[in-house]
Amino acid sequence: MSETVEIEVKGLNFHYAGDIHALKEIDLTIHKNAVTALIGPSGCGKTTLLRCFNRMHDLYPKNRYEGEIYFQGSNILSKETDLIDLRSRIGMVFQKPTPFPMSIFDNIAYGLKLKGVSRRSDLAEGVEKALMHAALWDEVKDKLGASAYELSGGQQQRLVIARALAVNPEVLLFDEPTSALDPISTAKIEELATTLKKEITIVIVTHNMQQAARISDWTGFLMLGELIEFGRTDKIFTSPSEKLTEDYVTGRFG
Amino acid sequence: MTREQKRKIEGSIALSLSTMAAFFGLFWLVFILGDVLVHGIKALNLGLFMNDPAPAGVEGGGLRNAFVGQLMITLFATLIGVPIGVLGGTFLAEYARGRKIARLISILADIMVSVPSIVIGTFIYAILVKPIGHFSGWAGSVALAIIMVPVVLRTTEDMLSLVPWTLREAAFALGAPYYKVITQVVYRGAATGILTGILLSIARVAGETAPLLFTSFNNSFFSLDMKKPISSLTVTIFQYAMGPYDSWHTQAWAAAFVITIFILILTITGRLLVKWRYR
Repeated sequence: MSETVEIEVKGLNFHYAGDIHALKEIDLTIHKNAVTALIGPSGCGKTTLLRCFNRMHDLYPKNRYEGEIYFQGSNILSKETDLIDLRSRIGMVFQKPTPFPMSIFDNIAYGLKLKGVSRRSDLAEGVEKALMHAALWDEVKDKLGASAYELSGGQQQRLVIARALAVNPEVLLFDEPTSALDPISTAKIEELATTLKKEITIVIVTHNMQQAARISDWTGFLMLGELIEFGRTDKIFTSPSEKLTEDYVTGRFG
Repeated sequence: MTREQKRKIEGSIALSLSTMAAFFGLFWLVFILGDVLVHGIKALNLGLFMNDPAPAGVEGGGLRNAFVGQLMITLFATLIGVPIGVLGGTFLAEYARGRKIARLISILADIMVSVPSIVIGTFIYAILVKPIGHFSGWAGSVALAIIMVPVVLRTTEDMLSLVPWTLREAAFALGAPYYKVITQVVYRGAATGILTGILLSIARVAGETAPLLFTSFNNSFFSLDMKKPISSLTVTIFQYAMGPYDSWHTQAWAAAFVITIFILILTITGRLLVKWRYR
């Protein structure tokens, strides 16, 4: 497990429109080629934090960031950040699968086309590679032209992961990717995350503490917009330094 | 009488009144359609489509000029009205989403939908016919386009708003610029709905007479020149039905039949698309 820092969060505060202070003075380090889990009770700000990393909050007016997030040394919260470039380097997978209303092939090709790939043969190659990567190729190789909506929920989620991977991101953000899936699909996605971390960095928000314990190397525990504790996953789950963390991971509340 | 009995009686009164109202409406609809059908089919023949009108009072001749003119006016109205409507709807649902200006334009479009079409006809007469000095096919197309715009605009806005926001977020998260998110993802999701809106708006204007009376007027000769007055089915029906000759009346019936069937097909296709989409 590498110790290289991929993302460094310094004194991050986030306000939603209407001055709701959702994140308070967050300091956190995301390590390269590792899985970092963000856990905490509903409304604690873990998804809000995740969506800061690809500046998703910019889609809505009057949201406000304070502080810094350094991604490979440059502050992505600065005004000069090219959001299109940032989002192609930091991908995101959402809670509910979000296949586009087009064929399986076109779903993956969409990301490739954004990157400027246009030749049919290059697209086909890229699509196959991405689907292999997301362990979906064998299931869909005979029906690439079928609508993405024909796939099961778990397959759709892996399709979405393949689509995100096709763009060649350096970081992949997962926002509760398995909360809408059955246990078998969940296991597949977890396995995928563990394999993928060899190449990319993964940040995952999860409600499921067992999931965090199973797949992550680092864990951050948030409550009411504050980062209560951050550390190695085994330490957070076996010998946390904070009483609140211990109460949460042992299931006393949340 | 107990309360339950009272409620039952009230219920059956309401039921029978609304059933009667429905049948009353349906009766006239079937009556009109049936009448057009019976008279229209009798008058229908190939010559109607192949020949131009014979001199007034002379038997024979057809309405080729009116069919072609109607198609041209409607086609150009669609070409003008649909892009404006779709782009406008896109502006409201995407770029101006949640802003006051979007609400305002939406409400104005709703009002525009119910503006009597004759008002739009006189308006175009004042700005495109009077200054130029003569009636023209273009003026007719513009008048119809103006009637189409609010319909297409509102449908587009509604259909785009129905596309789940998470789909846009997913596209943004891949690093797509907004215009690509809209054109490649959101439009795909809303395509059937927008197409339905377009078909229904064409159906709406294809039967308009009043705005054409003031704009494209009529032409008893075959013409493809949109800069000149051009014939249309609706105005021809108006003129022939009011005219003194029996042959005119027959041809008016035939024209009414054709245009009714055309609008019926457009409407049914529109409905089928909706059904097929939301199955």
